[in-house]
Amino acid sequence: MGHEFRDYSRESCPTVKNILLLDSEGKRVAVKYYSDDWQAHAAKLAFEKSVFTKTLKTNARSEAEITMFDGYIVVYKFIHDLHFFVTAGDDENELILASVLQGFTESVALLLRNDVEKRTALENLDLILLCIDEIVDGGIILETDPNNIAGKVATNAVDGAVPFSEQTISQALATAREHLARSLLK
Amino acid sequence: MAQPMLKKDDDRDDEVDYHPFFGIEKGAVLQEARVFNDPQIDPRRCSQVITKVLYILNQGDTLTQIEGTEVFFSVTKLFQSKDPGLRRMMYLMIKELSPSAGEVIMVTSSLMKDMNSKTDMYRANAIRVLSRIIDGTILAQIERYLKQAIVDKNPVVASAALVSGIHLLQTSPEVVKRWSNEVQEAVQSRASLVQFHALALLYQIRQHDRLAVTKLVTSLTKGSVRSPLAQCLLIRYASQVIRESGANQAGERPHFDYLESCLRHKAEMVILEAARAITELSGVTSRELTPAITVLQLFLSSSKPVLRFAAVRTLNKVAMTHPLAVTNCNIDMESLISDSNRSIATLAITTLLKTGNESSVDRLMKQITNFMADIADEFKIVVVDAIRSLCLKFPLKYRSLMNFLSNILREEGGFEYKKAIVDSIVTLIRDIPEAKEIGLFHLCEFIEDCEFTYLSTQILHLMGNEGPRTSDPSKYIRYVYNRVILENATVRAAAVSTLAKFGALVDSLKPRIFVLLRRCLFDSDDEVRDRATLYLKVLGGEAVVGETEKETNEFLFGSFDIPLVNLEASLKNYEPSETPFDISSVPREVRSQPLAEKKAAGKKPTGPAGPTSGPVVSAIDAYEKSLSSIPEFAAFGKLFKSSAPVELTEAETEYAVSVVKHIYDGHVILQFNCSNTIPEQLLENVTVLIDASEAEDFAEVYTKPLRSLPYDSPGQTFVAFEKPDGVPAVGKFSNILKFIVKEVDPASGEVEEDGVEDEYQLEELEVTYADYMLKVPVSNFRNAWEGMDPESERVDEYGLGARESLAEAVNAVISILGMHPCEGTEVVANNSRSHTCLLSGVFIGNVKVLVRLSFGISGPKEVAMKLAVRSDDPDVSDRIHEIVASG
Repeated sequence: MGHEFRDYSRESCPTVKNILLLDSEGKRVAVKYYSDDWQAHAAKLAFEKSVFTKTLKTNARSEAEITMFDGYIVVYKFIHDLHFFVTAGDDENELILASVLQGFTESVALLLRNDVEKRTALENLDLILLCIDEIVDGGIILETDPNNIAGKVATNAVDGAVPFSEQTISQALATAREHLARSLLK
Repeated sequence: MAQPMLKKDDDRDDEVDYHPFFGIEKGAVLQEARVFNDPQIDPRRCSQVITKVLYILNQGDTLTQIEGTEVFFSVTKLFQSKDPGLRRMMYLMIKELSPSAGEVIMVTSSLMKDMNSKTDMYRANAIRVLSRIIDGTILAQIERYLKQAIVDKNPVVASAALVSGIHLLQTSPEVVKRWSNEVQEAVQSRASLVQFHALALLYQIRQHDRLAVTKLVTSLTKGSVRSPLAQCLLIRYASQVIRESGANQAGERPHFDYLESCLRHKAEMVILEAARAITELSGVTSRELTPAITVLQLFLSSSKPVLRFAAVRTLNKVAMTHPLAVTNCNIDMESLISDSNRSIATLAITTLLKTGNESSVDRLMKQITNFMADIADEFKIVVVDAIRSLCLKFPLKYRSLMNFLSNILREEGGFEYKKAIVDSIVTLIRDIPEAKEIGLFHLCEFIEDCEFTYLSTQILHLMGNEGPRTSDPSKYIRYVYNRVILENATVRAAAVSTLAKFGALVDSLKPRIFVLLRRCLFDSDDEVRDRATLYLKVLGGEAVVGETEKETNEFLFGSFDIPLVNLEASLKNYEPSETPFDISSVPREVRSQPLAEKKAAGKKPTGPAGPTSGPVVSAIDAYEKSLSSIPEFAAFGKLFKSSAPVELTEAETEYAVSVVKHIYDGHVILQFNCSNTIPEQLLENVTVLIDASEAEDFAEVYTKPLRSLPYDSPGQTFVAFEKPDGVPAVGKFSNILKFIVKEVDPASGEVEEDGVEDEYQLEELEVTYADYMLKVPVSNFRNAWEGMDPESERVDEYGLGARESLAEAVNAVISILGMHPCEGTEVVANNSRSHTCLLSGVFIGNVKVLVRLSFGISGPKEVAMKLAVRSDDPDVSDRIHEIVASG
């Protein structure tokens, strides 16, 4: 995992430093770092522990929450036993980060068919990893629309008989509606 | 879509700890990875194994190089499979493995094929993978495809190419810069994210070309940008253009209308970006601020915590420079004190403390008291700091603020928090005379039940200094003596010293103090007993130190101004003998950290003999030793100071010369470290010819030539000057290196008989006032300041004209005076409008000097400075002013 990271200045482009998905005990489900701020494995774990304990007692269930420490802003949201975090430098636009977090949580919900919990997430870890891969590329925001993200991931679902190989979810829904309309017209 | 990864085991189903990857082990998974090599690829099984490997990597485990290579090669076999899901997992795997250059070649052709596939998903991902792993040569091969991809009608493909371009720009800028036309076309894309990525890349391609950036901003702000993310970028670029055109203050700012129009955008992230950009404009006026503050105020009452946080954070920053502009939001802000998000609450509180007026202080304090109980220590510290500055702003309110501080001091809290409170109270005691007694009283109460030895000793020390000067010193004795009875040895020893100070300074208390000190003679700790014995003997008159009472007190309680490191070093060097250790022999100069000498490649080090080659730490001793060994210099007395070496030649010249200035009471020795970098030459009889016509007070008395200077073997020549005794004479010297040069055959080393006289122009050299000042720290600046005769104080104000920044002005004054900055006051906080800097030093003639500098900066960067000097000798105080006035 020895990627070479480049920290882009805030001037040129909003940058995400990491995306974390932890369980209710702070253990990793899936994480991805885009910054050299934490090089050693231990440094990453220390950051995760710190962000987990700092946010543990907050109620980040209905609305995304935010905190700032050690020069970072972290936006986060909890769903069942899963804790979603997106981190950036403290000069970043909070609302841009919030849109990344929203893209993350909602696309995961779509992919897990609303069964957003640790066990399902682990059982479908491939989808979660692909999902993170579609949201941010090397720190640069790739996509924030949950439907587009889920659509791009779902085209790759392992199932051999993928029903909509090149379609996004919204397109798939549109075809579904067409089918439905025709059957009603009969 | 949500396919279970592994077969569920019904028995485990009910267990709480069921985990699909339970007991997973790297070795076993790598065994499983052999399925990749099967002739009949099972896509489902292979995807599962890849997921397992990714899981292991994600948990922080790593593959050895051999394991990595093995997995990589088997994964590449999977390109035979047409299964799109498996292909996608392969892409992920290849990126995670970050293959070596040799391995990359194995997959390049497969990935290039995918890049030209009919399937958009393949194309987009193959581009992203390739751009992550390739080097410049392969980039040249695929450049054509990437350029096409940028303008691809599929937005996913275009975005993949553009983002790859942003990454590649760092490594191969010259290639990516050729894509300018395509990127420009993509900026006009209808797809929102393509526009965003294209704009980001276009800006990065052009960012060093100011004119191009200005053009870009001017054309795009007219309204062709639809994507909110792209709009945020454009706001950043526009404010940069504004910043760079900042020089012409007159008239309207360019693009301000654009920023203002973004405040009405429908996306909140754009509104926030614009509002923040406006508040950060340099020299922003309140008229410009108003619309931005208005939208931020609306955000304050949003239901979304992120929005409230963003707004209050921005307003908090504005409050530092434009508190009045924010006062309109105070009511909304007050309701945020009870916000469940403590970051928001803390920011609201500190903003209110900055913007509040005198009449609102009491009400605010009541609200904060409720709030303090349930926030973390790190937030509490922020609040305490804000309260301290509030108190300094409204000194009349000290009573309620001091009360607040003493209340929170009594509550639970960690060391850092308690320290912040104690520091605040100490600051208030210092700066608000009325608050002194009440503050001391609160601190007395605190040490009755203080678990932190460090804080107890600090407070006891403060009480010893301040207590005897209060209206009723006797009431503190009880608190101090309680420490002697109840505390650990460190605190007991501090308490004994404090008692002794009361005894020494308040005659009426002396008999009572003696009784208490005598009890301490039976203490179980020897430091406590030693201190008690010393104080009893000296204060009781049994042992005599100095002639007057003042000298006695100076001996007992004076500040210890010798750097402890130096003392330690001297003590280590001391060998037991008839002569007792003499503390005055300990050097007072603070030695800078040993700096590794920076030598440009090819430039030879000045060699073992040159003092510059060793670490700076040993420099002064080495100088003293080597100089006193030269008979002509032995009579000059004690070396006062040696400067750091100053280069008199450019790097990479034929002869490298640097100079060290050695200052004595009545002499200055210039030591020239010379080095010859030409193998074909031998220099003989090297001297430096000095023209001192611009240094009137100096008279050359002696020159010590350097007999021979062979290649790569440095040596020194000295020139000594006489100057009036104890006077800090300054002047400029121009220097010429004179020598006889002889040809050398580098192969045989043979030297020709006849030499030619030659000379070499060196740069000018200056002796400045800073050369007569030793950087000597004091442990407690305030005590040292107050310990000096107020009569010696000289105060004056100076204008420093327009400076780059406050920090630059502060550093300039520090380096002119050559003094030691105390208590970290050389650091100027960002954006601060004023700064106080404390300096200490010893001036030639062993005159202790302390300086208080107060700086202020006005809008157009005009800096003004107030300089207050105290010293052992009022004439020296005047001299410091002369230095500044002439510097």
